Amino acid sequence: MNENYNVEVIRKDFPILKKSVYLDNGATTQKPEQVIQRLNHYYRNENANVHRGVYKLSQLATEAYEGARSTISRFINCSEKELIFTRGTTESINLTAFSLVEPLVKEGDEILISHMEHHSNIVPWQLVCKRTGALLKVIPVSDSGEIEMDSFETLLSDKTRFLSLTHISNVLGTINPIKEMIESAHQKGIPVLIDGAQAIARTKVDVRELDADFYAFSGHKMYGPTGIGVLYGKKDFLEKMRPYQSGGDMIRRVTFDKTTWNDLPHKFEAGTPDIAGAAALASAVEYLESIGMDNIESYELSLLDYAEKKLKAIEDLHIMGNPEKRAALLSFTMGDAHPHDIAHELSLQNIDVRAGHHCAQPLMNRFNVPATTRASFGMYNTKKEIDILIGALPKIREKFKL
Amino acid sequence: MRDNDLYQELILDHYRNPRNCCSLQHPTHSASGDNPLCGDQLDIYLNVDGDVINEITFEGSGCAVSQASASLMTEHLKGHTIEEALKVFDKVHMMLTGLHPDEVNPEDEKAMGKLKALSGVAEFPMRVKCASLAWHTLKSALKNCEENKISTE
Repeated sequence: MNENYNVEVIRKDFPILKKSVYLDNGATTQKPEQVIQRLNHYYRNENANVHRGVYKLSQLATEAYEGARSTISRFINCSEKELIFTRGTTESINLTAFSLVEPLVKEGDEILISHMEHHSNIVPWQLVCKRTGALLKVIPVSDSGEIEMDSFETLLSDKTRFLSLTHISNVLGTINPIKEMIESAHQKGIPVLIDGAQAIARTKVDVRELDADFYAFSGHKMYGPTGIGVLYGKKDFLEKMRPYQSGGDMIRRVTFDKTTWNDLPHKFEAGTPDIAGAAALASAVEYLESIGMDNIESYELSLLDYAEKKLKAIEDLHIMGNPEKRAALLSFTMGDAHPHDIAHELSLQNIDVRAGHHCAQPLMNRFNVPATTRASFGMYNTKKEIDILIGALPKIREKFKL
Repeated sequence: MRDNDLYQELILDHYRNPRNCCSLQHPTHSASGDNPLCGDQLDIYLNVDGDVINEITFEGSGCAVSQASASLMTEHLKGHTIEEALKVFDKVHMMLTGLHPDEVNPEDEKAMGKLKALSGVAEFPMRVKCASLAWHTLKSALKNCEENKISTE
């Protein structure tokens, strides 16, 4: 780990962290002052509609919005035309399902996902299948919480039209071998979407190096605001795809007989966008870059390593899955104590963790648990905070012992 | 401590040693309930003779609050009429959601007995669903009962 990584300096940028031990970063991250200031600055000094006015303010707003696109596209290594602003990962996946996949599939065709997907990477595909007669196929997950690669290769059939896969599991923390899987899919001509919601703030993402056809993520899970997210898509696909929503900004010419679409990326951005959100998301990206994704990754992994060892030492505590490559989040069960009772007791001690099915009910069923407790770490968490969590657990185990 | 308000000894006792926790072989009425957010799941079984609840049991899995609430409910309602049970449902609902505290008269309060142990839930909006699951499932079972009545009359 980089010796220059000073977590205390980082924590000063996040005043909200004084309120509690926040270990629910898989759900959403806190926002640094720089991001909050950016929102504030936009509304105080730059607010107008984009791509329209000839006046100065509109120009400033447009620069804030398009400048954000430029910053974020550089961050993931794509062209600005390939970066579509959405409301978040969920909308990015729905957009791809509607605009690309639905017109592409017919009865009997197959869409492939894995058993460890979040509901937002399951339900949009189920709806496409329902409307088209296509079939949803699911790659099994092993007891250790990893994709079963042999089954994956078998499931990639000549009927498979699309593969949609999470980069990092929001429940198990498993980092999937997506580069290898994208390559296998491409060998059979199958396009791939990667759900990067959990990955984007935890590891360096280079969409060209991955050769992903689509990559979806949310701003609020990468220290940016809620309500803004991104869909990266390869230009060749985006150009051929039908629009998702229609209205202002996404058109070139409108008559009552015929309408033509605007160029990329505007074709997929109908209506006035979340200008302030985009600008603040760019600030979050700059913040991440100033610390360095490699530094964040190695720091978080040191937290994970520490937490894993300490948790395993607690009697009756079982961590779900044991993948070879795991990001800094884990789910566990503990003795007879129900996750909701655990989370409730922790919250009384100002420790914020998530309890429930984590929007991944099929995965819960796979592991035969109704719910788990999840601790997910961020770049600002400390070993001291992990000690506080660990210190609180044994008493809770005792209290709810049957 | 707010903590003690929610997990009173009585709640923990009913969680550890749930009363009437079994299925009934030939229930006159039953219903299943789940709380998809938590993964809590409950089945309620009743044997109703005329208007009187002769037997009431539950089975399921969930947090301490949901299990204790179901256990306390079965203990409280056994031997009561359906009409009385529905009245208790309303009172419990008000208690859990912290509504209209002024309207609770002392006699009602006394009638609630051990169920008052659930009142701490009102402090924690996220847990109201845990405590009310058993009660909503009961109502659904009784509703089925009324519908059955209608269909057989």
